[in-house]
Amino acid sequence: MNEIKQVGGRAVVVRGHDIDTDRIVPARYLKEITFNRMGEYPFFDERRDGDGNLVDHPFNEERFQGAEVLVVNRNFGCGSSREHAPQALYRWGIRVIIGESFGPIFAGSSVLLGMPTVMASSEDVGRLMALVESDPTAELTVDLEARKVRLPDGGDIDIDISDGHRNALTTGTWDSTALLLDNMDEVAQTADKLPYTSDFEGPAPL
Amino acid sequence: MSERTLYDKVWDSHAVTTLPTGQTQLFIGLHLVHEVTTPQAFDMLRERGLPIAYPQRTFSTLDHVVPTDMRVRPFPDEQAEAMTAALERNVREFGIEFYGLDSDRQGIVHVIGPQLGLTQPGMTLACGDSHTSTHGAFGTLAFGIGTSQVRDVLATQTLAMDRLKVRRINVNGRLPLGVHAKDVILTIIRQLGVGGGKGYAYEYGGDVLDRMNMDERMTVCNMSIEGGALVGYVNPDQTTYDYVLGRPFAPKGEAFDRAVAYWRSMASDPDAGYDDVVDIDGSAIEPTVTWGINPGQAVGVLESLPRPEELTDPKSVEKAYTHMGWEPGAPILGTPIDVAFIGSCTNSRLSDLVAAARVAEGRKVADGVKALVVPGSADVKKQAEAAGLDRVFTEAGFQWREAGCSMCLAMNPDKLNGREVCASSSNRNFIGRQGSPEGRTLLMSPAMVAAAALNGKVVDVRQYN
Repeated sequence: MNEIKQVGGRAVVVRGHDIDTDRIVPARYLKEITFNRMGEYPFFDERRDGDGNLVDHPFNEERFQGAEVLVVNRNFGCGSSREHAPQALYRWGIRVIIGESFGPIFAGSSVLLGMPTVMASSEDVGRLMALVESDPTAELTVDLEARKVRLPDGGDIDIDISDGHRNALTTGTWDSTALLLDNMDEVAQTADKLPYTSDFEGPAPL
Repeated sequence: MSERTLYDKVWDSHAVTTLPTGQTQLFIGLHLVHEVTTPQAFDMLRERGLPIAYPQRTFSTLDHVVPTDMRVRPFPDEQAEAMTAALERNVREFGIEFYGLDSDRQGIVHVIGPQLGLTQPGMTLACGDSHTSTHGAFGTLAFGIGTSQVRDVLATQTLAMDRLKVRRINVNGRLPLGVHAKDVILTIIRQLGVGGGKGYAYEYGGDVLDRMNMDERMTVCNMSIEGGALVGYVNPDQTTYDYVLGRPFAPKGEAFDRAVAYWRSMASDPDAGYDDVVDIDGSAIEPTVTWGINPGQAVGVLESLPRPEELTDPKSVEKAYTHMGWEPGAPILGTPIDVAFIGSCTNSRLSDLVAAARVAEGRKVADGVKALVVPGSADVKKQAEAAGLDRVFTEAGFQWREAGCSMCLAMNPDKLNGREVCASSSNRNFIGRQGSPEGRTLLMSPAMVAAAALNGKVVDVRQYN
């Protein structure tokens, strides 16, 4: 698995607090039993009017096509656990999200896809948004090891990411299954010590 | 840092090891599976040639996509049918207990876990659904997870997790008559914010929680995620043990006594340390209604809608007013509704239906209002019918449905149309949540939904006290 230490590119801005995962992918697309087509759906209803015509939305704008960095405000990805939301953004082309804060399940799922969610102050997010909207060709680089976003003018801003998420990404162990499978003997020992696995007669199918 | 809380005790007893990333590998005692968030996880196992590590700790049912007005297969919706068939194939192939439409144990996953006695205090639990925090009502650490994490739990019965901080939320005093558990959690979210729980587990307590029955505690814990907290819980007490006793998967005989001793030992100690403590006056809580596009945008039923200029962050409500079409400063009381929905993992248990039926009994749903009552499980439906609640509702003009998630989330035929306004006992008023991109949702308690259905508008349920 790839080590992800630096990730970046051109960026797209989606403004607004508390953008929930229902808005990122409407529930009707969760009826598909694979993630294959999710790249077609990010912000599906927000990008269209009632008749299906495209409306003003950053994801519709030509100048933001090909963006790999998404810049957002507070509590992005709150609500439903649907991994379809980070899958949709990833499959559309996003590789890292910079925001003021994130919904906890969204952030946890994103890291398992190798898509970091990193936090910056409200002021710095505002600066980044203004920068990207005035110059969509600006390249941003998120440096996970230094905990910085590098700006085209040589400047940088500080970012926050949990040690666990950062280490998983920078050491290439963000797809956690293999890591967890390494310890199955210890898993069995932990399970055996829990009284409910043996001493309480359950749960087990009757 | 918190210490000697239930969170700390359960975390420590389920910690397998510290991973090279610094995260904790946490053992998961119970894994609940439903049709929507798992087909890709089973496919990932197949691709990697992995078996399920602890199939006996995994239980599954159908809830999100099932129609509630008929149960004939194949479903008219081909995608719902394919998704159902995929779960049936997966549980067969991987050897998982399954409660399908022909089982009297079928129902919303967060209703059947407790009802069957699968959910127990002092346990860890995971499910690919954000409302998994519901199970915290039992003193269970219950995590809502994404599909790749479902894969991890299937393959290893563990998750890679970061430890949370613990915030104690005391709801003190006594709730006024006509004020319900839903009003308590809507008030908590309104005060602390939809992102206020970021990085925290919420421990709910105080006189109000102590007096609540388990259904009510589940309503409170259910919406923890709407406050930004991944988990929420209530310490187990006699109310908890009495609920679990005698349920199909509960410990039996002497084993139950041993279990209770263990469960008691896992509750937070009287001198436990918390990262934060919040006190809320329960006697000041009113019947509460959301007016906007997230569950924190709520007012007491007698209040008027907030004026943006009075808020610290006026822009945060712009989108809400644009979508909902209300005027700042208008009263919420008297807002006309088109649809009334009583159901969902928040409020579809027997005592929820009883509270709504008390309001509806002997009265009639207003002309032009479509009103639905959707029990949370086949068992809740059976018990409600034994108590005559189905007749109370149907005589009042409500539709009485089969168990499922129904109009909470628009993955089945129960949906809003156009700009309809729905008085809903569910958990999310997000844009598009109930199936129409222009639809509007007002969250409130089941009793308040029943009262709104009778009047065709938002009213104060206390008029029926």
